Amino acid sequence: MTASSPLRPRGRFLTIGRPSPIVYAFLAVVMFASVFPLYWSFLIGSGDSSTINDPNMSWWPGGNFIANAASVINNESVNFWKSLGNSVIVSTVVSASVVFFSTLAGYAFAKLRFRAKRGLLVFVIATTAVPIQLGVVPLFIAMSAFGWTGTLGAVIVPALVSAFGVFWMTQYISQALPDELVEAGRIDGANMFQTFWYIGLPSARPAAAMLALFTFITTWTNFFWPFIVLNASNPTLPVSLATLQANYFIDYSIVLAGVLLATLPLIALFVLAGRQLVAGIMQGAVKG
Amino acid sequence: MTTSTLRVAQRTPRRIALSQKLGRWDIRFSPYLYISPFFLLFAVVGLFPLLYTGWVSLHAWDLIGGQGAFIGADNFFWVLQQQKFWIALRNTFSIFLLSSVPQIIIALVIAAVLDTNLRGKTFWRMGVLLPYIVMPVAVSLIFSNMYGDKYGLVNTLLGYVGIPGIQWHSNPLASQFAIATMVNFRWTGYNALILLAGMQAIPRDYYEAATIDGAGALRRFFSITVPQLRPTLIFVIITATIGGLQIFDEPRLFDQYGTGGANSQWLTLTIYLYNLGWGQLNFGRAAAVAWLLFLVIVLIGLVNLGITRRIASNEGRKS
Repeated sequence: MTASSPLRPRGRFLTIGRPSPIVYAFLAVVMFASVFPLYWSFLIGSGDSSTINDPNMSWWPGGNFIANAASVINNESVNFWKSLGNSVIVSTVVSASVVFFSTLAGYAFAKLRFRAKRGLLVFVIATTAVPIQLGVVPLFIAMSAFGWTGTLGAVIVPALVSAFGVFWMTQYISQALPDELVEAGRIDGANMFQTFWYIGLPSARPAAAMLALFTFITTWTNFFWPFIVLNASNPTLPVSLATLQANYFIDYSIVLAGVLLATLPLIALFVLAGRQLVAGIMQGAVKG
Repeated sequence: MTTSTLRVAQRTPRRIALSQKLGRWDIRFSPYLYISPFFLLFAVVGLFPLLYTGWVSLHAWDLIGGQGAFIGADNFFWVLQQQKFWIALRNTFSIFLLSSVPQIIIALVIAAVLDTNLRGKTFWRMGVLLPYIVMPVAVSLIFSNMYGDKYGLVNTLLGYVGIPGIQWHSNPLASQFAIATMVNFRWTGYNALILLAGMQAIPRDYYEAATIDGAGALRRFFSITVPQLRPTLIFVIITATIGGLQIFDEPRLFDQYGTGGANSQWLTLTIYLYNLGWGQLNFGRAAAVAWLLFLVIVLIGLVNLGITRRIASNEGRKS
């Protein structure tokens, strides 16, 4: 009935009720707005310092992108390779840790019995609404006291597990993993952690991959706290972009070449896993 | 032979008792152990810093010198007497409204369009999500170039249609508009996908019944889609509020000085917090701003909660 409805033709009835060309035109405009700023930065980033001032500038890229990128990479105060390496380390370690601890906690909330479970889960969800960013002053004081300022640990440790991750994994595991499977594991004599490791963890794999992806992007693009606690000699990519801007604000061709360099890794990730990102956002929305 | 049998018989019960005890501890305490990392970390890097911010705000506290004398609410009085604080508060609201209102409306329209029976669904969905992977810092650098006062792309295009160039950096409202565009660029598509998921969860019978009753597409959108989407909309609005009121990255890189403009045109509360703490090295005052911003967010959150409750009771009445 629903499938053959003229309103909502779905699935097999793909030829019925295609939207009008206006819809596609509208989407094309949206698409243009999505891509254009990146194209613009390539346009400027492949020109030279005069491109931006040229009233008759071409809409085709110039030939200077490699040279501009080299200026970014060779600039000592920008520390490009170091910041790239740091971003990779921080994002990877944080993602791995968030996935592990969130899955562990999510498994406990979804499948184990313990006192005050509901209240604790509500507490976890409530903390997602707490603007913890506002605690930066004491956090910085603490990091200074430990002598951690300027080190990657100061960026990694506060992000090791997230409330969103715990909530996300709880939701997924409670519907994806049958209780009988957990019980069967227990009856076969596995202890609690073995049950988690051999039964809970494998069943959570799809959601864990999604969580890893989003945590990676969030960490990669994060600026405020790294900017405060790191310095220009040991930066992550966003922090080194701020340095780049301060050094080259006159020559936008180099600044925007640097912007593109810093964005390329995530563009590659998007090409590989864009589908999963879309699916992840839509699944999260239904559950949230 | 006899002795060994006897020994086994003697030992076995004790062993079982021990392993049973361990097993019971395992069952009893493992759940708490598994959830403890979150609670420990939240206590140390979330809750404690937020509370300690209150303590710092009551002291003269210097980035280098550390804790000074207890001065009561002096930091709060000082901050509240600064014109800059009020400008920053106004700007924060202004950027927040300029970004969230059009963003949610456009996201709704995009979601409605994506919810039609499109050819190449995945392609369009991925397309609207692309900006999400560009870091805010990069977005800010690209847009501050396009919004250049003299040679920027936007002003060049405006020139083609005979509109004189806008001073995107010196005019407060124009600069806030430019910064709001950056936020919208990055988040509109993301929110559209969340709303799209919400739309797909609406029972299709509603639409059929409405069509039979003679409702057109527009009427169906406003009478079915929007009301049914309220919970999802509230989720989107609350997330946008918490993030939007703490905005820092985009305005920070809107010019090369990063202080929010020569006349505080686009100074936000979080930039003000940063400038006080790490520019003027005055942690006491920075902490006071942090607490005030926290109160603002809680206040707006309560307003949101009120709206949520009203909508929930509306739904209750309907069913």
